[in-house]
Amino acid sequence: MNQIALTENSQATKTTTVIEVQNLDHYFGHASLRKQVLFDISLSINAGEIIIMTGPSGSGKTTLLTLAGGLRSAQSGSLKILGQELCGASANQLTQARRQHGYIFQAHNLHSSLTALQNVRMGLELHSDLSVAEMHERSQLMLEEVGLGDRLHYYPDDLSGGQKQRVAIARALVSAPKIVLADEPTAALDKKSGRDVVELMQTLAKEQGCTILMVTHDNRILDIADRIVYMEDGRLADEQINRL
Amino acid sequence: MNILKSFQRRTPLGWLQLRHDRGRLLVALAGIAFADVLMFMQLGFQNALYDSNTRVDRAMLADIILVSPKALNLQNLSTFSRRRLLQARDIPGVQTADALYINNITWKNPQTRLTATVQILGFAPERPAFKLPEVNQQLDKIKLPNVVLFDRGARGKYAEAIAQVEQGKPVTTEVERKTLTIGGLFSLGASFGADASLMASDQTFLRLFPRREAASISLGLIRLKSGANPQQVAAALKSHLPGDVRVLTAQEFVQFEENYWKTASPVGFIFGLGTTMAFVVWVVIVYQVLSTDVNAHIKEYATFKAMGYNNGYLLGVVFEEAVILAVLGFIPGVSLPIVLYQFAAKATALPIFMTLSRVVLVLMLTLLMCMMSGAIATRKLQSADPADMF
Ligand SMILES: Nc1ncnc2c1ncn2[C@@H]1O[C@H](COP(=O)(O)OP(=O)(O)OP(=O)(O)O)[C@@H](O)[C@H]1O
Ligand SMILES: [Mg+2]
Repeated sequence: MNQIALTENSQATKTTTVIEVQNLDHYFGHASLRKQVLFDISLSINAGEIIIMTGPSGSGKTTLLTLAGGLRSAQSGSLKILGQELCGASANQLTQARRQHGYIFQAHNLHSSLTALQNVRMGLELHSDLSVAEMHERSQLMLEEVGLGDRLHYYPDDLSGGQKQRVAIARALVSAPKIVLADEPTAALDKKSGRDVVELMQTLAKEQGCTILMVTHDNRILDIADRIVYMEDGRLADEQINRL
Repeated sequence: MNILKSFQRRTPLGWLQLRHDRGRLLVALAGIAFADVLMFMQLGFQNALYDSNTRVDRAMLADIILVSPKALNLQNLSTFSRRRLLQARDIPGVQTADALYINNITWKNPQTRLTATVQILGFAPERPAFKLPEVNQQLDKIKLPNVVLFDRGARGKYAEAIAQVEQGKPVTTEVERKTLTIGGLFSLGASFGADASLMASDQTFLRLFPRREAASISLGLIRLKSGANPQQVAAALKSHLPGDVRVLTAQEFVQFEENYWKTASPVGFIFGLGTTMAFVVWVVIVYQVLSTDVNAHIKEYATFKAMGYNNGYLLGVVFEEAVILAVLGFIPGVSLPIVLYQFAAKATALPIFMTLSRVVLVLMLTLLMCMMSGAIATRKLQSADPADMF
């Protein structure tokens, strides 16, 4: 099993590049139906950065995010995550790569048969040599941090949309990953809880020193980003707003 | 050690999933238990059929048995000439060769006075013909004319008559307008072919069937001198005796009887079919349950894959569910037949009871089946692709 030394995360220095994309192209379909959706993408993200990616619908944001997350395999160009090349990686290598980051989906995607605590624990089980008691304790702490200390044993069906998304965040962050990938995590939430969720991610990420790449359409949350990149028709626009 | 440790760490996802939907779990368990019961009943009756129909055969006190080549089973033995016994006695190794007369007969049930068919076995009472101590102790009784011994395990309403004989009061009844006296009892049990058996002397037997000649016998019971090899003696008998008689060792004779019920009679086929049907019902139920479950959780499984869980982990979840279903369903599936066996044994006077080997067999089959259904259901897991899901 893959082991990550959990303590090392906070020592990551700002100068390390954790995501390095170079000349990445991506195609869907075969033969005559083959269609290019990503064109010559180059992007490099340093440790600890919060990057927001925006752009019109269908421009290829989710595609880039799933490639970076190892959810689909990269075809041409170069895609290095924490120094590991994912272009041409085997299915097994992709599975290993997925364990390196937390992925937050647009829908919460919690397991309906598991309680909040059990769901969060699933994010920990693959990662460490922790004992059952330690896993339990860590999951509980994580849920307390997202403000759900009193909902540990609730099933997802008994939680509100915002609470579910917070459980999903706890699940993604409980193993203290170096990278968090989030695809429109606020889309299903109202204005207030959307803002809460994003701020929560920001706080936790800063505590753990992890890097966030987040796709969003939500203009109200752009201010939390260190850098914003813009995707249009499968190309990354050069315009990058530096806020700091 | 490592495996055990990771097993302890693992969230019992399959169990939690099954438990979450209690209604579906109960329906699934009922279905599996039903199939278990079906299988136990089929196997139980099948075994009772073979057991009960070879009971008389197995009780015969003989190393080698002579039988007509036209014989089908104990109820249809045909006859052959008694001279073959005399010839057999010439073969080295043969100690005794005695005649056994067998026929079905219609008698009046001594208790209800209704007619019933029973099987009557006649032999010379000077020597035991059966491995039944109770019969052998009462040989003196059947030396008297028209006195028979009756089977305590008979199927039908005989309880009062049996109680009376047990108190030492002989019971009389009527056969072919002749009076028969039940002088004693023994325990053997009914079979599919005959409701009850009577033991009689050859003289009594022949008096009941006046048209039957003493010289045409049903079976020849041959006992060997100690140290003689049954195979060798049987071979010698085969070459010495003419083709109007078949030579079988005691074991071959039991197999011959069992074989008739297994292959020549439709009964064996019907039970085989029933068992196969139960098996199929089972696979369908478990497959249905598991594949519905995989479908219901396909998004969640894709999420786990996106988190870095591999296919093997998800396979493990499906098999975990399969094993849990098999084991939980087996508990009522094995308890109910134990009760049903007792009912059936009472109603039919057949030897139907639970055996440990059958419990193990059906448990193994259940697990095998759940594995098979699980393996088919896991093919759906391939469609849990995180890239196409989100
Ligand atoms: N599995 C697929 N097969 C074929 N084409 C696909 C597939 N997934 C996405 N596409 C196409 O790729 C393009 C980019 O899709 P993508 O989902 O990355 O867009 P997006 O920027 O995330 O859009 P949105 O903001 O609506 O989520 C779209 O034109 C889409 O039709
Ligand atoms: Mg998208």
